[in-house]
Amino acid sequence: MKSHLLPEFIVERDEERCDNCKVCIKQCPFDVHYYDEEREKVMSKSELCVGCQRCVVYCPRNALRIVPYKAYRPNDYWHEDYIRDIKKQAESGGIILTSCGSSRRAKVYWDHILLNASQVTNPSIDPLREPMELRTFLGRKPDYLEIEFSEDDVEIKTELYPNLMIETPILFAGMSYGAISYNAFKSLAIAAKKFGTLFNTGEGGMPKDMREEFKDCAIVQCASGRFGVDPEYFNYSAAIEIKIGQGAKPGIGGHLPGEKVTATISSTRMIPEGTDAISPAPHHDIYSIEDLSMLIYALKEVTNYEKPICVKIAAVHNVAAIASGMVRAGADIIAIDGFRGGTGATPKIMREHVGIPVELALASVDQRLREEGIRNKCSIIVGGGIRCAADVVKAIALGADAVYIGTAALIALGCTMCQRCHTGKCAWGICTQDPNLSKRLNPKVGAERAYNLLRAWSLEIKDVLGGMGINAIESLRGNRDHLRGIGLEEWELKVLGIKGAGE
Amino acid sequence: MINNVSKLRVTDGRVNKDIQSCAIFGVMDRSGRRFGGKMIIEAMKNMKVRGNGLGGGFAVYGIYPEYKDCYAIHVMFEKEEVKQKVDGFLNKYFDVVDDEEIPTKEDVNLDPPMFWRYFVKPQKKGKDKILSDDDYVVDKVMKINTGIDYAYVFSSGKDMGVFKGVGFPEEIAELFMLEELYKGYIWTAHSRFPTNTPGWWGGAHPFCILDWTVVHNGEISSYGTNRRFLEMYGYYCTLFTDTEVIAYAVDLLMRKQKLPIEVVAKIFAPPMWDQIDRMEEKKKKFYTTLRMVYAPLLINGPFTIIIAHHGEMIGLTDRIRLRPITAGEKGDLLFVSSEEAAIRAVCKPDKVWTPKGGEPVIGRLKKR
Ligand code: SF4
Ligand code: SF4
Repeated sequence: MKSHLLPEFIVERDEERCDNCKVCIKQCPFDVHYYDEEREKVMSKSELCVGCQRCVVYCPRNALRIVPYKAYRPNDYWHEDYIRDIKKQAESGGIILTSCGSSRRAKVYWDHILLNASQVTNPSIDPLREPMELRTFLGRKPDYLEIEFSEDDVEIKTELYPNLMIETPILFAGMSYGAISYNAFKSLAIAAKKFGTLFNTGEGGMPKDMREEFKDCAIVQCASGRFGVDPEYFNYSAAIEIKIGQGAKPGIGGHLPGEKVTATISSTRMIPEGTDAISPAPHHDIYSIEDLSMLIYALKEVTNYEKPICVKIAAVHNVAAIASGMVRAGADIIAIDGFRGGTGATPKIMREHVGIPVELALASVDQRLREEGIRNKCSIIVGGGIRCAADVVKAIALGADAVYIGTAALIALGCTMCQRCHTGKCAWGICTQDPNLSKRLNPKVGAERAYNLLRAWSLEIKDVLGGMGINAIESLRGNRDHLRGIGLEEWELKVLGIKGAGE
Repeated sequence: MINNVSKLRVTDGRVNKDIQSCAIFGVMDRSGRRFGGKMIIEAMKNMKVRGNGLGGGFAVYGIYPEYKDCYAIHVMFEKEEVKQKVDGFLNKYFDVVDDEEIPTKEDVNLDPPMFWRYFVKPQKKGKDKILSDDDYVVDKVMKINTGIDYAYVFSSGKDMGVFKGVGFPEEIAELFMLEELYKGYIWTAHSRFPTNTPGWWGGAHPFCILDWTVVHNGEISSYGTNRRFLEMYGYYCTLFTDTEVIAYAVDLLMRKQKLPIEVVAKIFAPPMWDQIDRMEEKKKKFYTTLRMVYAPLLINGPFTIIIAHHGEMIGLTDRIRLRPITAGEKGDLLFVSSEEAAIRAVCKPDKVWTPKGGEPVIGRLKKR
């Protein structure tokens, strides 16, 4: 069958600059560039290009440009994406696989929220001169402290729950070794450790050689596939996360193809080499809230009640009620992943159409937990499309304790959002198990980039806080008075619990 | 320890907050000697420029020795006809031992509403029986404030009272004849400079629950965080002022959770993490836990407050001292003031000093 698909990108090579060094041929895992023996020059097949921009960055002569190709007559209804997908499916007869987070044009609530600053009646605080505190604690808090006083001594009598202390309200989201390369995985671990925050192992277990070094900055995941799970795995951690769902594909499981299950992945995940690693859609021991509670307490038992247990869900329609049930089931932290959340592979229909924006989910969960008087019994981490420090600030003011960043962390490592993670051929050495590709990412350099991102965002958060006249992040948490909406309908303002700009 | 978390009322979380700035003053005789209002009225006059005549008020402790065992309920009626409702309510839930109109001067040009005071003892029935007297009174006062339009309870403690309204403090003092009629051992006062002008008598300070009063200068930037946390404990802000939030926080921490001011000061204005990290292990753990658990009650942004209840008067400013506070002493008298000049205007102090941010000035009644 002749393919009707058009290229998505056009490779433009400046013939005058190109000296046929063949670097681009080596750099491209999608075989776009090739050497034409007859013409004695490097040529390209645009139709294979995914737009990862690797060759553009690495061409020593700056001879390349990769530009998106909008071929069809513009149509706001029959948008190009639909035309392409239909053609693809007419040829393949299958579901469309993709990766990353939803890229559809839906309202981005972050962009409809504006921040406040102090003027006259209340001084702003200069972050260059005054301390600005971002230290955050994650976990269950008691309702009050019972304090005993004796001769110049004070003692806290209340028994405390385990809490995680992080130096900035930003954590790296769960991305498994398997979905991402060892080097990418390790880059984030090093950066988290150095900055005083946490990374999340995702559902693929924790490589043995990393356990001792990174146990205090790892949130280890327990997902439906239970890969790499044993008592040692749970105990070499700062916290445990039960992953119920993921924003990019709520309601479905995962599938790591056998070719990616290399020797080290097979030993980390505890599955035979070369077998498909399939995570079922539900946990087969969690069919209800009481089952969740049993798993939470089983994990608490296995770790001697020394670690907070986090439960991660995708933001779906009844998220507030579900979250409340999770807290009552014993979750110390709840993580909510919005529909923009990324993934290494997902059916496009799930990515684009299932779930709700995390801004709305967060606002209603925070409000519901307060109405029920249980907000301090848990911490809330939100993720799924946090793009910049302003998004972090807005999330915290809406009520989050901290945010997870996944996509943003990968972009820091080199990812260009080409949405081809599911092919396993990531040109940037991130989403791949091909040793030739993954060695492109040096964990030291990767860690430095990820660390710098944390630093830069933290500085920006401090700037904004100072402007608001706040010098500790806890005074921003749930402080929706510092937010105003723009271009939002009354119901949206109400769900977000914020006033309109100018009100 | 926490009881009476009344049924939660859903708010959609969007309120209009009152913005203001002010002068505050407090004086206590730590020997318990009662004295008249002249001193504090003069001190407030001295700081006239800090207010704009849109709110002034006083709290006085030790004014009703003859009704020591009764809760003194000061009520403002914006419409005289609602008095009937309040009479009915109070008679239903309390034994009203005595009541009378709060005397006011006729010829003061302030257009005041009507004020009444009731001396009452709780008459607990049914499921209210499990409540302590204090919690019972708080519950009923909240019911009047949120449930009966045009009636508002100014104060509800034993042997104390709040007098406040729209006007300069000296005008309010003249209206209520504070100099002539009352003697107390603690006086606190407030003069307002609101940036919007609601001109509502209930919006003036001091703010009061039971015998706890707060006067406050500042605009706190953590208002939304504090307010939403307190809602979880059944406190609903009806006035939308920072002061109300602080008063409820004081009630929760000091009255209900029984934490002493030394600890509460460190919740409202905690040391910086830099400092905590350098403390010795035990202290470090204490402060870390305190900040972790009570993070939502950190009061951020500028504030100076004077908190009072029977036997204690406390001055406190925010942790980076964005609002002024001066303390002074003369014999048994302890002063806390926005300005040193106001203290010097009314006495020759033995000592005046500037307390550090987050360090409370505490006056306690001497044991006799
Ligand atoms: S890397 Fe650049 S210079 Fe080298 S062959 Fe490719 S386009 Fe030409
Ligand atoms: S991780 Fe790699 S494959 Fe995936 S979107 Fe980023 S650059 Fe593309």
